[in-house]
Amino acid sequence: MKISRIVSLVIVLIAASYFLVPLYATFQFSLQMLRGQWSFQAYRSVFADPNFLSTLSYSAVTSLVAILISTLIVVPTTYWVRLKMPRVKPVVEFITLLPLIIPPIVIVFGYLRLYGSDSLLPLTVSSAGTNLMLVIGYATLSLPYVFRSVDNGMQTLDIRTLTEAAESLGANRSTIIFRVILPNLRAAIVSGAFLTFSISFGEFVFASLLNRPAFGPYLVQIGQDRAYEPAALAVLSFALTWACMVLMQIFANAKPGASRRRRGAAFNPLARRKTA
Amino acid sequence: MSFLTIAKASKSYGATTVVRDFDLAVGKGEFISFLGPSGCGKTTVLRMIAGFETPSAGHISIDSRDVTLTAPNRRRIGMVFQAYALFPNMTVAENVAFGLKVAGADRATIEARVKDMLALIHLEHLAERYPYQMSGGQQQRVALARALAPKPQVLLLDEPLSALDAKIRVSLREEIRAIQKQLGITTVFVTHDQEEALSISDRIVVMNGGRADQIGTPFEIYNRPATRFVASFVGTLNLIDVTVADPAAGTVKIGEQIVTLKEVLAASSGETVTLALRPESGSILDGARGDTALTGEVVSSNFLGSVVRTRMRVGESLISFDMFNSPGFAPPALGERVTLRFSAADLLVLRD
Ligand SMILES: Nc1ncnc2c1ncn2[C@@H]1O[C@H](COP(=O)(O)OP(=O)(O)O)[C@@H](O)[C@H]1O
Ligand SMILES: [Mg+2]
Repeated sequence: MKISRIVSLVIVLIAASYFLVPLYATFQFSLQMLRGQWSFQAYRSVFADPNFLSTLSYSAVTSLVAILISTLIVVPTTYWVRLKMPRVKPVVEFITLLPLIIPPIVIVFGYLRLYGSDSLLPLTVSSAGTNLMLVIGYATLSLPYVFRSVDNGMQTLDIRTLTEAAESLGANRSTIIFRVILPNLRAAIVSGAFLTFSISFGEFVFASLLNRPAFGPYLVQIGQDRAYEPAALAVLSFALTWACMVLMQIFANAKPGASRRRRGAAFNPLARRKTA
Repeated sequence: MSFLTIAKASKSYGATTVVRDFDLAVGKGEFISFLGPSGCGKTTVLRMIAGFETPSAGHISIDSRDVTLTAPNRRRIGMVFQAYALFPNMTVAENVAFGLKVAGADRATIEARVKDMLALIHLEHLAERYPYQMSGGQQQRVALARALAPKPQVLLLDEPLSALDAKIRVSLREEIRAIQKQLGITTVFVTHDQEEALSISDRIVVMNGGRADQIGTPFEIYNRPATRFVASFVGTLNLIDVTVADPAAGTVKIGEQIVTLKEVLAASSGETVTLALRPESGSILDGARGDTALTGEVVSSNFLGSVVRTRMRVGESLISFDMFNSPGFAPPALGERVTLRFSAADLLVLRD
């Protein structure tokens, strides 16, 4: 009993050090830009680079648009499939897995062939068209995560019965979707959104092959040209991703009413009674 | 004049027919139960009334209006589900208000109506709670209030008590019946629990394999089951196979003993028919009344407190009978020969 606990603790520590030691080493290295002293000089230098902020905001905006696109595609599709066509669910599931199976480089080359300058729909000739291709690509990459997250949300929600309950009370489709389904899927949508964000924010392959001024290619560029700044950037993007995950957890566990700051019942864990 | 009419409704999924030729006329304010084993099509009929399923054949009308093809949100139906199905993102008050809001009622009307509804289910003090903060019984009462708030024409309940524990099940079913009577709302209640159906319904529809086997008051269903299925599903019943002696005179043989029935038999002499007898119809006490007697050997006798349940063998058949406990009556011993007296009118000839 005691021994097995010690063994599992050691295993956890080894596994954790596997992640934490390189992180710590990177962080320490990022503080050594000035010889013989600790400083945040590398960070100062990163923030002073105008390309840093421009690529960062470019990637933030494209990621947000990708979130919007994937949510707008996935939520109604999943709802409809669960409600009306449960038989095609395995097919949809398979399709959403494809971005994990097909390497991004294959997908993006496919896009370039399909929408290149000599195609029927030449998206690559304009900057706006290429931006569109990029966000569509990001939405594609995020599909497995967003779908699973939303689908799980609907699973626990029993959307079918909720839909029927609302229908029998006189509600039409849009009322049901906006007043009943979406509010209850908030946690699932938000966690899908954060996953999309963390995937597309530092994404390299799509952005680089489409030649977009995004954060991923910028990271790689800096990595080739400089010594200390890449370490600082790595720590910064780690912090950002981590913040995304924390926010995701907070949203995913939030219960309705908790945000209304009602003391007592809403906050009292004893008042929460689970019913089958 | 019936208020809710189902005429020759059938429902098939591909090649399998799950409801066939279902006919029912429900009067205004009547409380009807659909009773039957799992999978017999109760939910399917209910969902056709609600509009969630379209009948493959037949018609449904409410208040003389054909609603067979009307969308569920235009039928003015109140529905209560087994799984409560409250909206998790809304408080109790918001849940109850939902139907009224959708219908475009003004604020004051909504507030007043929500208050009335919460008073009806005695949950005024929980108006600001969320569903996850309540017990199953409380949630189901809220679901009832939510369904009733927009004043539906018909209230449908699909096994609303199945997920609750026994005690709450009994108290809530009485509450449902009381509220139904108070509002006078036409109600269809689905259950697989015969005691539930018998105790709260005006009439019961006993369903079997997608058909209505018998429609009648609880008293009729229990005492005059029309089919073998109804007889075996509702209450406990002795099924006794007998040989017809003289069909015109209504005499049959049970082992060597002759019994004269109150009716002429359609079968011919020598054929086997099945009779049914409720365990509570007879007595073995001295001086028990009854025009018919059967003598047999006691094979088991169980003391159940208020009731003594005894089984005796007559010819090939085992017959159980229940008698109330009384201090002056000792349960019969194993192997003892006893004579059970009952009225021949209590013997039912079953058709299949
Ligand atoms: N959508 C469906 N597709 C195919 N079969 C169904 C469907 N819904 C119900 N059934 C079948 O219809 C029969 C009756 O179901 P149901 O009305 O739910 O029974 P009950 O409510 O009496 O338990 C069952 O055998 C069930 O498998
Ligand atoms: Mg059912």
